[in-house]
Amino acid sequence: MKDMNEGYVTADGRQIGGVIMEMKNITLRFGGVVAIKDISFDIREGEIRAIIGPNGAGKSSMLNVISGFYIPTEGEVFYKGIKRGPMKPYQVARLGIARTFQNIALFDGMSVLDNIMTGRLTHMKKGLMSQAGWWWTGAAAEEHENREKVEKIIDFLEIQNIRKTPVGRLPYGLKKRVELARALAAEPKILLLDEPMAGMNVEEKEDMSRFILDVNDEFGTTIVLIEHDMGVVMDLSDRVVVMDYGKKIGDGTPDEVRSNQDVIDAYLGVAHD
Amino acid sequence: MPDIVLYAAEVTLNGLMAGVLYALVALGFVLIFKASGIFNYAQGVLALFAALTLVGIQKGQVPFAHLINAMTGNHYTNFPWEVPAIVAILLAAAVMVVLAIIIEKVVLKHLVNQAPIILFMATIGMAYFLEGFGDVMWGSDIKTLDVGLPQGINDTIDTVTFNMFGYGFFIDNLDIVAAIVAVLLVSALTVFSQYSKQGRALRAVADDHQAALSVGISLRFIWILVWSIAGFVALVAGIMWGSKSGVQFSLSLIALKALPVLMLGGFTSIPGAIVGGLIIGVGEKLFELLIGAPFLGGATENWFAYVLALVFLVFRPQGLFGEKIIERV
Repeated sequence: MKDMNEGYVTADGRQIGGVIMEMKNITLRFGGVVAIKDISFDIREGEIRAIIGPNGAGKSSMLNVISGFYIPTEGEVFYKGIKRGPMKPYQVARLGIARTFQNIALFDGMSVLDNIMTGRLTHMKKGLMSQAGWWWTGAAAEEHENREKVEKIIDFLEIQNIRKTPVGRLPYGLKKRVELARALAAEPKILLLDEPMAGMNVEEKEDMSRFILDVNDEFGTTIVLIEHDMGVVMDLSDRVVVMDYGKKIGDGTPDEVRSNQDVIDAYLGVAHD
Repeated sequence: MPDIVLYAAEVTLNGLMAGVLYALVALGFVLIFKASGIFNYAQGVLALFAALTLVGIQKGQVPFAHLINAMTGNHYTNFPWEVPAIVAILLAAAVMVVLAIIIEKVVLKHLVNQAPIILFMATIGMAYFLEGFGDVMWGSDIKTLDVGLPQGINDTIDTVTFNMFGYGFFIDNLDIVAAIVAVLLVSALTVFSQYSKQGRALRAVADDHQAALSVGISLRFIWILVWSIAGFVALVAGIMWGSKSGVQFSLSLIALKALPVLMLGGFTSIPGAIVGGLIIGVGEKLFELLIGAPFLGGATENWFAYVLALVFLVFRPQGLFGEKIIERV
């Protein structure tokens, strides 16, 4: 079912579109260390795609390649069928690819609202000079319009009551949610989540899972996520890439991956004799 | 009213005015520190360079005249024209923007993600280079700067205070202009950074580079913007100081007076720079009048600011308005 370019239908009946992003023979080296070794996979429009693997498998490196923070040593990245040249992270963001970070990268000194508003920057077109004019040049109207969109996201993620709080004061779980809100504010085509549930308790994990599913369902956003919690990954994702020591050892639906012998070996260890 | 009270009141007013000038220089430091975490040692030299450029353009000086003459054997000094003050100021501002772009391209671009101390060293290098460059470009003689700002004693204040107390206060018109300009500049900067899209991006970059990149902010653009603004503030400070005491190379040393101002006000606060400047301006003048001159043999103005800053550091290391340093364990 996977090789149909027009997409496929998931187990729960959602229609998945064609390939939106394709990684072709990606290799990433840091000096002598090979972080990613000749990996290819694709991401389809509207699906939830997970990348899993033991610690140090190269998952985050892969996400950084997709978001432009790393430029692959070899290989090509295709976005919407067009080959993407070496790009700066901010240029990738402007293409409609938003992300969150493993160790939360928020603007601690700014309020929750301001943090999420930065997510709208790619949609704000008024230049430096027209900011000076404010009402006259329509910069005020633009700010207003974007503020409305942000308020919708704040409602969606149920963080109305902390709107004005400086982010530095929030507990960990809420920070993760604000980071998700900021990424969503960009109205991305693809949302990259680097361990969105790391360090959360069961309840917070359930909330976050629900938000991820809702985002995918309501906005049709393609989601790529890295996660350690196997239960969560298997529940959430449509297809899973499994990495180990920088190599791809499995790719398929959660069920396919679960029964893959290489994957079982990587996770449970294998007897060497 | 006893004379000493009147005299102290006049000194306080003059101190406030001098404080405004310190604050103008300190403001440039705060802007760059807030946006990039760099302590820009070159801020004072930027002010000097801006003032030199302004005078040069206004007087129609030939840039690099000495160099050109040495190589070609000519004797160029001036173009046969003078430029109106307002045009010269705009041109000088444009030069500061170009300088910001060059600084970003040649220096900062290569130092992304380096430790703050490395960036600090780079700005020291920039300071000395720029000082020498300004010398080569515009010559090392002391120049007078006159962009048409009112100067001399303010007669109204003199008359009013004379009628009230029988003693006329001496307040320089230039100081009053400087105070007004500082208020306008700070208001504009505050509004810009709080409400505009670029201001928000600027605060975002100051907070976290990585996160800023991930939401589509170009660090290059923000840095050029910040250095341009700092260059513009330097130009304003250069105009005020230059009009007051002539454009000379000791102008770059006024930057050092901004250090205690920053310790007092906090490195990250624009209002802090202003209040810090005022406290130091008033403090050093009053101290000289009441304690320094009668008991310590005078000349306390040179060191008072630093001692005050030291005392402050002991009790409030983040300064009056600086962000409180909180470490979560």
